[in-house]
Amino acid sequence: MSAATTAQTPAAAAAAVPKAQFDWRPLTLLAALVLLALPAIGSPSTWLTLTVAGLAMGLIIFVIASGLTLVFGLMDVLNFGHGVFIALGAFMATTVMAGLTPWAGSSAGLQLISVFSAMLVAMAVAGAVGWAFERVIVRPVYGLHLKQILITMGGMIVGEEVIKVIWGPQQIALPLPSALTGSWLVVVPGGEASVEKYRVMAAGIGLLVFAALAFTLNRTKVGLLIRAGVQDREMVESLGYRIRRLFVGVFVAGSALAGLGGVLWGLYQQNVTPQIGAQVNVLIFIVIIIGGLGSTLGCFVGALLVGLMANYTGFLAPKVALFSNIGLMLAILLWRPQGLYPVTNR
Amino acid sequence: MSQNLLELAGVHTHIGAYHILHGVDFAVPAGGVTMLLGRNGAGKSTTLRTVMGLWQASAGEVRFQGKSLKGVATPDIATQGIAYVPESMGIFTDLSVQENMVLAARKARNASELDTQRLDWIFGLFPALKKFWLYPAGKLSGGQKQMLAVARAICEPRALILIDEPSKGLAPSIIRNLIDAFGELKRQKTTILLVEQNFMVAKALGDTVAVMDNGVVVHRGAMAELAGDEAMQQRLLGLSLGAHQ
Repeated sequence: MSAATTAQTPAAAAAAVPKAQFDWRPLTLLAALVLLALPAIGSPSTWLTLTVAGLAMGLIIFVIASGLTLVFGLMDVLNFGHGVFIALGAFMATTVMAGLTPWAGSSAGLQLISVFSAMLVAMAVAGAVGWAFERVIVRPVYGLHLKQILITMGGMIVGEEVIKVIWGPQQIALPLPSALTGSWLVVVPGGEASVEKYRVMAAGIGLLVFAALAFTLNRTKVGLLIRAGVQDREMVESLGYRIRRLFVGVFVAGSALAGLGGVLWGLYQQNVTPQIGAQVNVLIFIVIIIGGLGSTLGCFVGALLVGLMANYTGFLAPKVALFSNIGLMLAILLWRPQGLYPVTNR
Repeated sequence: MSQNLLELAGVHTHIGAYHILHGVDFAVPAGGVTMLLGRNGAGKSTTLRTVMGLWQASAGEVRFQGKSLKGVATPDIATQGIAYVPESMGIFTDLSVQENMVLAARKARNASELDTQRLDWIFGLFPALKKFWLYPAGKLSGGQKQMLAVARAICEPRALILIDEPSKGLAPSIIRNLIDAFGELKRQKTTILLVEQNFMVAKALGDTVAVMDNGVVVHRGAMAELAGDEAMQQRLLGLSLGAHQ
């Protein structure tokens, strides 16, 4: 080695350390989809309405799917019964909000309190049932994928039937309180766009959940353990941590988030059926596969892509809308077979 | 002879339908380096995994500091003072070098709670880790990953370190670096059970040796004795030291 290269300045030495590169391409794809939709739709006001609706739908799906992707990442558990927590959350919301009906005609503050109370109760009940579901149904089939699929699907069917016994088989209305109905008019070039209040609130809650998850995963030791466990659970145990306890915690938190997502989804559709979980199940599996199994950021980007694609194609080509998300998954897997943000070692 | 820190007596291990260990007997004296040698498939890695509780012994007994590890879960074995560096290194590649070390330091909640004195000592052994401190571990070279794997094992004082083939696939200069680091640990009386295929590494570091073949220990003794007896090397390992020089 020459003297010139050995006598480096501190600045040069620092520059010699390679910088970690963040992978921007999936986020660029998301931005490209949003921007390309504008000329395709033509009207900026329609585009803005659809984009807000797509982001709200995507963020609700993210809230539901984030727990599922971590559950799979941590313990290789394929939980096809995740949908039951969505349905449970939505039905708990109908009960809580029906109980607080006197508040529906009162001030906006009380109406919002009734919605947030419904969300908290739904999360608590879904979390508690999630804990029992993990203990009774999931625990005996660790490491057995085929049995996991069969028994968790069976668990969801039983759960659906129990919901029918408690709340009845019919569709139940879950109307938005008047404080959350209606839209804001936003001035855009060429007219005004209608942005629904509830969709903005749902998107806000979704972003809050994402921020809380990102903080927990990146800034706390528990988060560090979850990220490490998703990669190599055996090594986490070899370092002296009980990954099973961590997994139960993640399963309960994931179930609670699915319950919250169920409330958001029910309010989004303004009605609830016992099949709501099974309907959303397909979407959330598309999202976690698109995102890269075990990846929270991938789940976030994947959910937004799915939400936006569903709304754009629903407007541009309604006949293609049903196929759009499967088509999106196909295209992304051809580009990145392990998903948008694959977890290394998986 | 110093007191034994780890003892294996008649240990059998099954992996599914396969019977891998057929009654392994050997001991690891405290404060030295015990080499576990043998051909590929002899059962060395399985022995380490059995000690660590990653596979449960189907018969026999593993005793650490005089206490049986039978039925003890891996995290509890780790907290009793055994560190493990697997053959695959077990690096969390999506995490930074710093985050890998925070995980290894069980008491530290974040990087600011790492023992800085010990960290400086580790940086002295492996300067590359300081340079790439905030870099994703997955982007490190093979040698640097191995350094990180060993650094994690010594991040906090441990009674026993199990290391599985650390020199595998590494350049000679990196192997020399690792030998120096293990030599430093040895001077500090750290007890190490080291699985190795590279006989030069074994000769440089080993105090005692156990040689395995077909799931049993076929030789136990001083490393110096094996290193000095080419006929014994040929018989036990199918090699001669001369071939490695």
